[in-house]
Amino acid sequence: MPQVSLKVNGKPVTAEVEGRTLLVDLLRETLRLTGTHVGCDTSQCGACVVHIDGESVKACTILAVQVQGSDVLTIEGLAAADGTLHPMQEAFREYHALQCGFCTPGMVMSAIDLVKKNPKGLSEQEIREGLEGNLCRCTGYHNIVKAIDAAQQVMHGKVKELPRAAE
Amino acid sequence: MYEFTYHRPGSVADAVKLLADPDARAMSGGMTLIPTLKQRLARPTAVVDLSGIGELKGITVSGGTVKIGGMTTHATVASSADVAKAIPALAKLAAHIGDAQVRNRGTMGGSVANHDPAADYPGAVLALGATVHTNTRAIAADDFFNGMFSTALEPGEIVTAISFPVPEKAAYVKFPNPASRYAMVGVFVAKGPAGVRVAVTGAGANGVFRHAAMEAALAKNWSAAALDGVTTPVDDLNGDIHASKEYRAHLIGVMAKRAVAAAG
Ligand SMILES: Cc1cc2nc3c(=O)[nH]c(=O)nc-3n(C[C@H](O)[C@H](O)[C@H](O)COP(=O)(O)OP(=O)(O)OC[C@H]3O[C@@H](n4cnc5c(N)ncnc54)[C@H](O)[C@@H]3O)c2cc1C
Ligand code: FES
Ligand code: FES
Repeated sequence: MPQVSLKVNGKPVTAEVEGRTLLVDLLRETLRLTGTHVGCDTSQCGACVVHIDGESVKACTILAVQVQGSDVLTIEGLAAADGTLHPMQEAFREYHALQCGFCTPGMVMSAIDLVKKNPKGLSEQEIREGLEGNLCRCTGYHNIVKAIDAAQQVMHGKVKELPRAAE
Repeated sequence: MYEFTYHRPGSVADAVKLLADPDARAMSGGMTLIPTLKQRLARPTAVVDLSGIGELKGITVSGGTVKIGGMTTHATVASSADVAKAIPALAKLAAHIGDAQVRNRGTMGGSVANHDPAADYPGAVLALGATVHTNTRAIAADDFFNGMFSTALEPGEIVTAISFPVPEKAAYVKFPNPASRYAMVGVFVAKGPAGVRVAVTGAGANGVFRHAAMEAALAKNWSAAALDGVTTPVDDLNGDIHASKEYRAHLIGVMAKRAVAAAG
């Protein structure tokens, strides 16, 4: 069986996989990192999004062997060692951007890539378009968009503290 | 997925050797191939990942031609300042393929080789009169696409690059399927070294096609109004749960007018 060596959330990992093993199965089944979800079988829902070398990718549509030598970041790797949440996670909590939470790990990972790639800032419309690859069956997206808008202000250093949601 | 052996060659020559096995399949971004394998619609014994081949990547602009390596991702084309300057319509097309995650992995070579009837790039390749380069030859766009999911590629032949002559004017407008973002109808119009060309994707039962009546009308008078009354016969169009043949014929007219207006 092929061996694959990579970094997951900063830690070196080596695992035996089959050629056909998907990255999401390596993460969930072998490494027990079950924060990355599988919501569809058609590469459309985005519940499985992780970062590979800084780019958001659907972990259900890439083979584990394809990430040999890469740096993979999952939802579990976002918070600081002392538990301080990433501004995007904090914003999702503050703005009530989740209900069942199934889509949330993928939403957060996609949103971070989207914000990082747009240092000039995103309009509401651009945030909505940027979430094309992530489906949410609960929230109606409205609070997700608000959370991303608030988080981008913190991530780009425009404000020190996350703007509070209206009561 | 059925089990297969995974290879990641470092050169086109090594990839060609591995693909000599008739049961081996090339993989670029895997955005079409992996979903196909997951559904067990294909059973290759070997998958040959082209992503380790440096010579398949990159964008060069010289002498009125934009040449894009087969392994270049949609995201790279969409964010390339060189492409945006030379052929803005192509950068814009790439920016609207699927979603950000698909664009981070999916490639031009994979899209063109696959010739999905609803894919966007085939419209650009045909309307701009591009040339598809492979490990053995150069194929003119007019000879490349020959039916739904079918091209002039021989088994084991690899798309290495595509070169696009820079047009004077060009634009692409699509009516996306609201769920997948694939084109229900997409029209690419161009005026340039290859003449006036109109390519329609998403609508044809045999994949992408040129619209001769629209080309004739626009060659006489490059304006949206010139397309008034130019219709599309429904016989060779695709009808499905998303849109009937008649609705697609109507959309071709609307998208074509918007494209000419956008091209200016
Ligand atoms: C959710 C989703 C939405 C999408 N939306 C759109 C859309 O709106 N518009 C659109 O155009 N596309 C869309 N796509 C398809 C996407 O653009 C794919 O990336 C593209 O069709 C295939 O490119 P790939 O690099 O992923 O190819 P792969 O999946 O790696 O390969 C596809 C096929 O081409 C062959 N192949 C690959 N590379 C080569 C090569 N260099 N030479 C010869 N043969 C080769 C493979 O053997 C395989 O048969 C979507 C895909 C998904 C999953
Ligand atoms: S599980 Fe990966 S896109 Fe749905
Ligand atoms: S919160 Fe339930 S799917 Fe998004």
